[in-house]
Amino acid sequence: MNRMDINVQWVFTSTALLGLASGMIGTFALLKKQSLIGDAMAHAALPGICIAFLLYGQKSLLLFLIGATCSGYIATICIQFIVKHTRVKEDAAIGIVLSVFFGLGIVLLTWINQHEGGNQSGIHDFLFGKAASLTGSDVNVLTVTAVTVIIMILIFFKEFKIITFDRAFAQGIGIPVSLLNGVLMFLIVSVVVIGLQAVGVVLMSALLITPALAARYWTEKLEWMTLLAGGFGALSGVAGAYISLIAYAPTGPLVIIFATVLFIFSFLFAPKRGLCSKMIRRHIERKKLQSQQLMYKRGEQL
Amino acid sequence: MSYTMWILLTASLVGINCGLVGTFLVLRKMSMLSDAISHSVLLGIVGAYMVSHHLQGVSMLVGALIVGLLTTFLVQWLHQKGVQNDAAIGVVFTCLFAIGVVLISLFADRVHLDVEHALMGEIAFVPWDVLEVGGKSIGPKAIWLLGFVLAINIFCIVFAYKEFKISSFDYEMAVTLGIPVVLIHYVLMGMLSLTTVASFDSVGAILVVAMLIVPSATAYLWTDRLSVMLICSALIGVLASMIGYMIATVFNVSISGAIAVSTGVIFFISLWIAPKHGLLRKWLKKSPA
Amino acid sequence: MNPLVVEQMTVAYDRQLVLENVSFSVPEGKLVGVIGPNGAGKSTLMKAMLNFIPRMHGHVFVYGQPYEKQRHLVGYVPQRNSVDWDFPTNALDVVLMGRYGHIGLWKRPRKEDIDMAMQCLDKVGMLPYAKRQISQLSGGQQQRVFLARALAQDASIYFMDEPFVGVDAATEKAIVQLLNELKTRGKTVLVVHHDLQTVRDYFDYVLLLNKRVIAFGETESVFTYDHIQKTYGGKVTFLSSTHIVG
Repeated sequence: MNRMDINVQWVFTSTALLGLASGMIGTFALLKKQSLIGDAMAHAALPGICIAFLLYGQKSLLLFLIGATCSGYIATICIQFIVKHTRVKEDAAIGIVLSVFFGLGIVLLTWINQHEGGNQSGIHDFLFGKAASLTGSDVNVLTVTAVTVIIMILIFFKEFKIITFDRAFAQGIGIPVSLLNGVLMFLIVSVVVIGLQAVGVVLMSALLITPALAARYWTEKLEWMTLLAGGFGALSGVAGAYISLIAYAPTGPLVIIFATVLFIFSFLFAPKRGLCSKMIRRHIERKKLQSQQLMYKRGEQL
Repeated sequence: MSYTMWILLTASLVGINCGLVGTFLVLRKMSMLSDAISHSVLLGIVGAYMVSHHLQGVSMLVGALIVGLLTTFLVQWLHQKGVQNDAAIGVVFTCLFAIGVVLISLFADRVHLDVEHALMGEIAFVPWDVLEVGGKSIGPKAIWLLGFVLAINIFCIVFAYKEFKISSFDYEMAVTLGIPVVLIHYVLMGMLSLTTVASFDSVGAILVVAMLIVPSATAYLWTDRLSVMLICSALIGVLASMIGYMIATVFNVSISGAIAVSTGVIFFISLWIAPKHGLLRKWLKKSPA
Repeated sequence: MNPLVVEQMTVAYDRQLVLENVSFSVPEGKLVGVIGPNGAGKSTLMKAMLNFIPRMHGHVFVYGQPYEKQRHLVGYVPQRNSVDWDFPTNALDVVLMGRYGHIGLWKRPRKEDIDMAMQCLDKVGMLPYAKRQISQLSGGQQQRVFLARALAQDASIYFMDEPFVGVDAATEKAIVQLLNELKTRGKTVLVVHHDLQTVRDYFDYVLLLNKRVIAFGETESVFTYDHIQKTYGGKVTFLSSTHIVG
C-alpha cells in the first residue's frame, strides 16, 4: 500500500478519465475523417500555452487551457481558410499550420526561458508528457474538463451524429451545423490540452485516433462505438499507467502502445470486420463462385 | 569560413533538400506522411544506436531509411485493408514513436541519446562538430551529410523526372503505361526519410515538416510549371533559413523555430500577392472595376 | 483474332458482387458503347480489365495474349475528375505523357515525341492552347487534352470512361470525329456512355451492362427496346421508342 500513494492514484484517475474522454470524442473526429486535425491541434496548442504563461507569469493549467483553446481555434480557422481560398489542398494546409504554429511555440518557449527565467523542463514535458508530475490542482482541472466533455457528448450526441454523418442534410433540417461543429472542435481542443500534460503532444493525437479506430471494428452502431472507444481509451490509460509503474518507463508512450495493441487485436480478430474473418469469408465465397462457374460451363456444354 | 556562414550553409542545404522532396509530397497530397515519418524516424535512430552504439552518419541514415519505409509500408497496407488514410497515418507513426520513446527510457543508463536534441535540433552546434580526415578538419559533419543526401535527391529527380511527374499527376495512366509506380513511390519515401534524418541535427524532426511542406505549398501558389516549382520551393527554403537565422540572432530565440515561423510568414505573404493564384488578384478580379 | 476478349469476369467489393460472369469479344476496328444505369459497373468493368481493381475471377485477352503482357497496346482515358487539374503543368506536357511508354524508362522525350504531341493537340483543335496551364482550360478543353494524350499513346485498343460527360457541343463533335478517325485506322474503342439518344449515331456495337451482360452485339440488332428495358429495369419509359428502333 506504500507504493499506492496519493500521487499514483492521481495518475490512474487522470489517465483513465483522459482515455475515456478522448476515446469518445475521437470517435467523431475519426468519422469526420479528421483524425489528423487532433495532431494539428496538439501542436498548435504550444504557442497558446506560451502566450498564456507570458501574460500570467506562472504555470496554471486553467489558463493554459484557455490559451491553447484560442490558438487551437485560430489554427482550425487558418486551415479552413487556406483550403477554401487557395489551391493548396487540405493535407498540406494541415501540415503548414501544424508546423508553423509549433515553430512559433518553440520560439516563444526559448524566449520565455531567456527572459522570464522559466525552468527548462517545459518543452520536454510538453513533448512527452509527465503523468507522474501531475499535482492535485492539475488533476482537479483535468477531471472537471474530462467530465464536462463526456457530459457534452452525451447531451449533443444526436446532433453530433447527424452533422458527422450528413452535414448537408443537417443544415437542411435547420440544425445549427457550424455552431455544433465549433462545439465539437472546442471539445477536441479541451481534451488535447488536458492530455498534453499527461501524455505529450505527439501521443495525444494517438489517444484520439487509436481507441476510436479499434472500436470501429466491433460495431456498426455509433452509440456502441462511442462507448467502446471510451472504454478502450480508459483501459489503455489504466494499463499504460500500471505498466509504467512496474517497468519504470514513461506513462504516455505505454498508454499508446497498449492502445495500439488493442487496435491490432481488433483489426485482426473482430468478428465481422476483422481481417481474419474477412479472409475466411472471401475464401468461402470464392469456393462458391468456382462451383457456380463450373455450373455455367456445364450449361454451355449442354 | 565563419561560424555564421556554416550555419547559413547548413540551413540552406536543409531548405534545398526539403524543397525538392516536399514539392512531390504536396502534389501527391501526402504532406502528412512527412509528419508521420519525421516522428517515427526517432525509432530508427534509437534502433541504429542500439545496434552500432554511436550516432554517426551512416548508421543513422540506414536506421532512418528502414523505419521510414516501414512507416510508409504499414500505412499503405492498413489503407489497403480498409482503414481510412488519415487514421492509418495517425496510428502507425504514433505507435512507432511511442516504441522509440520507451526504448530510450528503458536503456537510458546505457544510451546517451538526447531525444530533445533529435526532435528540436540545434543548428547552433553544427559548426563545432567537424569531420576530420587525417587530423585535418574538412568542415562540419552536418554539411557533408546534407550534401550527400542532396546529391541523392538531385540524382533521383533528374534521372526519373518524367516518371515522378506522371505518377504524381495521373497514377492510373502511369500504371497502364507500365511505369513502375510502386518503385517510384518507395524511392520518394526513401528520399523523404533520408532528408528527414539528415536535417535532424540542424532543424530537428518536427520542424523538418515546416521545411518540407510550407516552401513547396508557397511555390505552388507562384508557378504553374513543375520544374519552376521545384526550384522555387528550394529557393524559398533558403530564403526562410536566412530570415529565420536573422530573427533568431536578434531576439536570441530558437533558430529552427524562427526558420519555421519565417516559412509561415513567406507563405502568408504569398497567399495575398502571388501573381496568378494570390487572393488580392482574385478579389480585385471579382469586384467590378 | 479479336483484339479484345473478356472471359467470365467477376468482380466483388468486399461482399457485394459488382460484375458477374461478364464475357464478350470485340472484333477489330469497332466502336463499342458500354451502356447501363448508374451503378451497373461500367467504370468498374474498365478498371477491372486494366487490373486497377482485383478480379475475383476471369481473364482479359488482348490480341490473344493476357492483358498483363500487352499493356502497351491498351490506352485508357479516365474520367476527367480523376486527376487534380491544379497540377503545375501545361496542355502539351499532359499530351507528352502519352508518349512516356514509347520513350522508355528514365529517358527524356525527344523532338519527335514533342512534334507528335503537337500533332495530336492539333487533331483535337487544341494547338493554340498548348502552353496553357491545365487548370485554365474549360471542361471540354480538358477532355480534348485527355483524348489527345490517348492519341499520342498510339495504342491499338482504347478504353474511354464517360468522355462525353459535361462537355460543350464543339468538344462533342471533336470527340465523335476522333472516334471515327480511330476506327478508320483500325483501332478498337470501348466508350462508357450515358446518353441513350446518341448511341445509334456513334457506335457500331453496344454492350448493355447491368452487373451482367444483358446483351452484346451490333447496335442494329442489339439496341432494342426490350434489351434496354431489361438493362434499366423498366425505368426508361419516358424514352420514346422511335429513338431506339429509329
